[in-house]
Amino acid sequence: MARMKFLCDAERCIECNGCVTACKNENEVPWGVNRRRVVTINDGVVGAEKSISVACMHCSDAPCMAVCPVDCFYKTEDGVVLHDKDLCIGCGYCFYACPFGAPQFPQAGAFGLRGKMDKCTFCAGGPEADRTEAEFKKYGRNRLAEGKLPACAEMCSTKALLGGDGDVIADIYRERVTRRGKGSEVWGWGTAYGPGKAGAQPPAGGKS
Amino acid sequence: MRRATLGAAAIAAALLLAACGEAQQVTVYKQGKYQGKPDTQAWNNTPPAMELRGSSWNKGDRSSWETAINQRTMGQNEDNRIYKQ
Repeated sequence: MARMKFLCDAERCIECNGCVTACKNENEVPWGVNRRRVVTINDGVVGAEKSISVACMHCSDAPCMAVCPVDCFYKTEDGVVLHDKDLCIGCGYCFYACPFGAPQFPQAGAFGLRGKMDKCTFCAGGPEADRTEAEFKKYGRNRLAEGKLPACAEMCSTKALLGGDGDVIADIYRERVTRRGKGSEVWGWGTAYGPGKAGAQPPAGGKS
Repeated sequence: MRRATLGAAAIAAALLLAACGEAQQVTVYKQGKYQGKPDTQAWNNTPPAMELRGSSWNKGDRSSWETAINQRTMGQNEDNRIYKQ
């Protein structure tokens, strides 16, 4: 069973913002809304600068779904977190709950009122008839229904941003890091929490 | 005097026991259920007429859609192109 995920390889991302542009173009996202953005840390520090492309991560246990007071979120069978804009009240709870800042709110009206939430759909449209004008206007392109992957991942010039079934993209990434001469330290306990004391073993049951 | 003592004791007992009837103040969160419109799954669409990278799928057949999309996903692995010619 497919579980759609994004994975960004920080060693490859060159902060070109091609993914951001591809997303805005493909989905005709309005001004002020960025479904995807590139975040850079240690900007300008030689050898330490890293960039990563961030959008909705389509969490397995999505906090936005948990906090939504009108229950407008749902998860498709292939693991994509989507929402119904007809139900959304634009309260912004999902924005506070999301650790990635994925939910976006377009400005609606003359007084800066917050519109209905908009976010990355993994190019899977929304709860309207697939590949219709109504779906495109509300949610953007439904590329998955066309047998394609999200435009951001497919457009990535360095193939830093991978999109697709989690197992498949993890295999691609694993092959890459092995070729780079790295192993389990690239991803896992040591990367997340530091090496700790010399010779210390990660706790039992932890991922290596 | 005795009546006043009994009255005071009753009031004291009522005050002491007042907290016992307090309702639980910890909120119990319940998982909500999606209230919106149903959505069509990607594999329930007819494949577009144009040529697809990877294979096509049969309408309604989830596994053939997954095979097609996974083939396309592997197109992102340019290590295949570079090292495995």
